Amino acid sequence: MKSFLGKRAIASAISLIGLIVLVFFLSRLTGDPTALYLPVDASLESREQFRELHGLNDPLIVQFGTYVSDLVRFDFGDSIRRSEPALDAVLRAFAWTLQLALITMSLVIVTAVIVGSLAAFHVGGVFDRITTFFSLVGASAPDFWIAIVAIVLFSVNLGWVPTSGTGTLWHWILPVAVLFIRPFGLILQVVRGSMISVLGSAYVKTARAKGVRNRPIIFVHGLRNAMLPVITVIGDQAAALLNGAVVVETIFGFPGVGKLMIDSILQRDFSVVLAAIFVTAVAIFVMNILIDILYAVLDPRIRY
Amino acid sequence: MTTNSDHIPAQPSATEDVPTSPAKQVLRMLWRDKLAFFAAVFLILVILCAIFGPMLFEEEATRQDLRGRNAPPFDFSRNWLFWLGGDTLGRPLLARIIVAAQNTMMVAAGAVAASLAIGTTLGLIAGYSGPRTSQVIMRLADVIMSFPSLLLAVIVLYMLAPSVGNLIIVLAITRIPVYLRTSRAEVLEVRERMFVQAAQVMGASTRRIVFRHILPIVAPTLITIATLDFAFVMLAESSLSFLGIGIQPPEITWGLMVSQGRPYLTSAWWLSFFPGLVIILTTLSLNLLSNWMRTALDPVQRWRLEIARKKHG
Repeated sequence: MKSFLGKRAIASAISLIGLIVLVFFLSRLTGDPTALYLPVDASLESREQFRELHGLNDPLIVQFGTYVSDLVRFDFGDSIRRSEPALDAVLRAFAWTLQLALITMSLVIVTAVIVGSLAAFHVGGVFDRITTFFSLVGASAPDFWIAIVAIVLFSVNLGWVPTSGTGTLWHWILPVAVLFIRPFGLILQVVRGSMISVLGSAYVKTARAKGVRNRPIIFVHGLRNAMLPVITVIGDQAAALLNGAVVVETIFGFPGVGKLMIDSILQRDFSVVLAAIFVTAVAIFVMNILIDILYAVLDPRIRY
Repeated sequence: MTTNSDHIPAQPSATEDVPTSPAKQVLRMLWRDKLAFFAAVFLILVILCAIFGPMLFEEEATRQDLRGRNAPPFDFSRNWLFWLGGDTLGRPLLARIIVAAQNTMMVAAGAVAASLAIGTTLGLIAGYSGPRTSQVIMRLADVIMSFPSLLLAVIVLYMLAPSVGNLIIVLAITRIPVYLRTSRAEVLEVRERMFVQAAQVMGASTRRIVFRHILPIVAPTLITIATLDFAFVMLAESSLSFLGIGIQPPEITWGLMVSQGRPYLTSAWWLSFFPGLVIILTTLSLNLLSNWMRTALDPVQRWRLEIARKKHG
């Protein structure tokens, strides 16, 4: 187990380094931020000064060297736009995204597992067909479209919830609801499929023959063994949430890491872009490792 | 229809009316599952729009008519192209949706085809070659998998200038690991089977074994995944176009149309609503068809589609 974790950590570190190199050089190709930040009639001297201040005059490779040596001390440089350390801005935004993802994911897991198990209990029944159809619709819908339709319907026409921003509990309802739909549909399908095969297995029949009631059969005997494939999908979907919240955050003006990232790319604020990618990637790595550990905890047959 | 209610079909060809040609057999199985049937019909319609749409309606879709700005939908007294309303420049929405099908489909089809070809080839190699090659390929897949793909696409597209070609490349790269992992896992299992050993004994070359003996076994699974992935790639393209870093105007895709209608949400809801609805219907059809294929291509499950349903309910 320990050597497995070590191997995973090393592999993750290598991917992270590759990621940073790639994004660093790609982002420098987008152009010079000077033109974007200084007024059109700025003098040549002040342009020169701006470049000098942000180290944009050095050859690319020197810039990269400076960047890496700073990075080792966890210094991602300052945001040009916000004049604060890039990492601070990113971590502040990431806290928002993490909250959003955590709330959404917990709701998704609880509802999808319960509904999926019940659907699997009567395959082909009315409940099963309805949930299967709606989960497919949910998994098929583009989230940006649902988001704007929901805004028109619930915010503009009915006036139940605010259109964007944060502050009260009401502001969370639409973003969470929109993010909820797709992972719910996908995870429900996997829970259902996995449950169907588990409920057909011999030990469930034995439990039935012994006279165990339906509810313990579904939620104790069945669910425990059906959870493994479900956890893989939960991991995938959680990662997708972490980096896919971009669209939803942009639409709802939610101050998360996705919105920060899009804004920073458009403003050529390189250090923030890099820090944001780095933090998101680290979060995804950590989650992948946690899921591997969870596998071993849930299924004693799995040994690393 | 034959109803043999207490007969549990062990063999797929248990019913007496066995269709002759394979195409007929597939059609019959498709007809049994009504949802999948309609999904297939809708997809064929979309594909026809994608191929012939721009040829037939390009002119109508770009002709502006400022008197007909934001014309409301369901006005059946007008030309049928205006039945879904007009956009902010008075162009018929339906014609634009039909024309936009081409770009939307081209990006998705291109990305899926490229990632399917590259991913499967790498997966076959990883599955059939020695541990070292396999390790290198799998680590490569891990690296791609661990990237926040949408964020990366955003950056790359911003750098490379968004175009159909670049969009296909970016989306294809992010989807390669899906096919790579699946085909490798399948090959690892298939290569131990008897017929592969037999082929080896008879002196078949490695390439022949992999592409002529193993690939046909793996293909159905991959095609099912590709159908599902087509929907995923379409949604990803729509999201990127919606964020303004996918396809650029005057080219159009469905995602871009949703985004263009966004400022008029409160006054002309149909501008965003209908393109989005078409996206949903297309991805839903792909999902339904993929579900059907999973059953139809699986010899163990196929009987569910081959026998008539015992009763409806």
